[in-house]
Amino acid sequence: MAFSALKILKEGFTGNRGWSPHWRDPVLKKEYDIIIIGAGGHGLATAYYLARNHGITNIAVLEKGWIGSGNIGRNTTIIRSNYMLPGNQPFYELSMKLWEGLEQDFNYNAMVSQRGILNLSHSDAQHDAYARRGNAMHLTKSGAVLLDKSGVQKMCPFLDFDNARFPVKGGIWQPRGGSVRHDAVAWGYARGADSRGVDLIQNCEVTGFQIKNGVCFGVETSRGPIKAKKVGMCVAGSSGVLAGKAGMRLPIESHVLQAFVTEGLKPIIPGVITFGAGHFYVSQSDKGGLVFGGDIDGYNSYAQRGNLPVVEDVVEGGMAIMPMIGRARLLRSWGGIMDMSMDGSPFIDKTHIEGLFFNGGWCYGGFKATPASGYCYAHLLATEKPHPVSERMRLDRFKFGGQFDEKGVGAQPNLH
Amino acid sequence: MRINCPLCGERDLVEFHYEGSSKLMARPKDENDMDAFHDYLHIRSNPAGLNNELWSHEYGCRAWLLICRDTNTHKILSIDLARDVKTKGSLD
Repeated sequence: MAFSALKILKEGFTGNRGWSPHWRDPVLKKEYDIIIIGAGGHGLATAYYLARNHGITNIAVLEKGWIGSGNIGRNTTIIRSNYMLPGNQPFYELSMKLWEGLEQDFNYNAMVSQRGILNLSHSDAQHDAYARRGNAMHLTKSGAVLLDKSGVQKMCPFLDFDNARFPVKGGIWQPRGGSVRHDAVAWGYARGADSRGVDLIQNCEVTGFQIKNGVCFGVETSRGPIKAKKVGMCVAGSSGVLAGKAGMRLPIESHVLQAFVTEGLKPIIPGVITFGAGHFYVSQSDKGGLVFGGDIDGYNSYAQRGNLPVVEDVVEGGMAIMPMIGRARLLRSWGGIMDMSMDGSPFIDKTHIEGLFFNGGWCYGGFKATPASGYCYAHLLATEKPHPVSERMRLDRFKFGGQFDEKGVGAQPNLH
Repeated sequence: MRINCPLCGERDLVEFHYEGSSKLMARPKDENDMDAFHDYLHIRSNPAGLNNELWSHEYGCRAWLLICRDTNTHKILSIDLARDVKTKGSLD
């Protein structure tokens, strides 16, 4: 079933009776070439690109809940490629390029909306640092515009430019940043993988690994053992628990990140705006809700709910740059579990166990990475060689000084 | 989450700073043991369940606290002054 404007029109006139399920409910086989653990955004994207780029379709994606029930279903939907370090920026730029062609590629409306992202600067030093970041972004042709105060004023007249503590001095604007309908990303990748023959197995929890003499040849699940030549972990916040079943410990702590959405308002926020003197970012959904978030709570958690001090901190950040946000009423807030790595950067790598691969450590920035993460993980799983843009995302990088710490704060997850 | 500081009594979470796993109390003895330091600095067992961890009562008495907490529920099971706890090897 292909989507097109004509098809939507036809279905509209004929009572929408011609739509079919977007993916099968396949029978679980005893053996696959590749098993991917976790049918979230990254896992589904990996399966999709394995089938699309590498012609491997004898794949099962195992999911303990339902498709897209993890962080792909509860994030703040921002896409951007405004990093600086060589280990990050080329990767995120690949991701941005994939976002730009994604809907045509998998024939699904993911509502990719490139309304731009604006990082505000509040001091001369920060403005200089943004100039440096912008130059780093130009190296990958990602597009960056350094704005002075009047430039920001034109774009966002509602900001508190003369705030006593954090006056807005300017900002850096990436016009290609924006937001995407997060659930549709999971559904689009799921549908694309399924139509190429990938088995998406829901309600199937991996309970252990079959490992002998340092070689992984399958998994134990709640629906029985399944054999596979290669197994790829891709479970974000639960990485530590899953890797523990293979006897591994990781350079990762799981932390809770809260996000918030207000009641629907008329269009006011032009794209994504971030506060430069604290941690606050906001965008407006198509339904009109202001979607915003800030820091992680800062302690290990699998509870999927946070505490009040961070709620306070986030809304204080919002009030500091746009006092009008104080008039909006909060509709809901939620928490998700982030796989916080020790340098704030992710991993796409082999493990020390042959046939077992790892994708994780996305911290609170995994959503924007979804296409490139799947693309590069598929490359690694198919060829057993890292993709050039993800080759620094090694699991053992802390051993030899290969960490790349975008913020430069050291091996302390709650500072990233 | 509220934390019952042994010196100050029950206080709001906002007064406390989370440092990390209690294994940070067990610094490797041999300064040249790269593997031990790599493990100490970077590798965490990251349990879903009971976690032994170091907190500082930063905006209170500034004491270091060793807290056993359930990461699935945020329930705190025990709180001790870190200085009272003898460290024997890894506490992670």
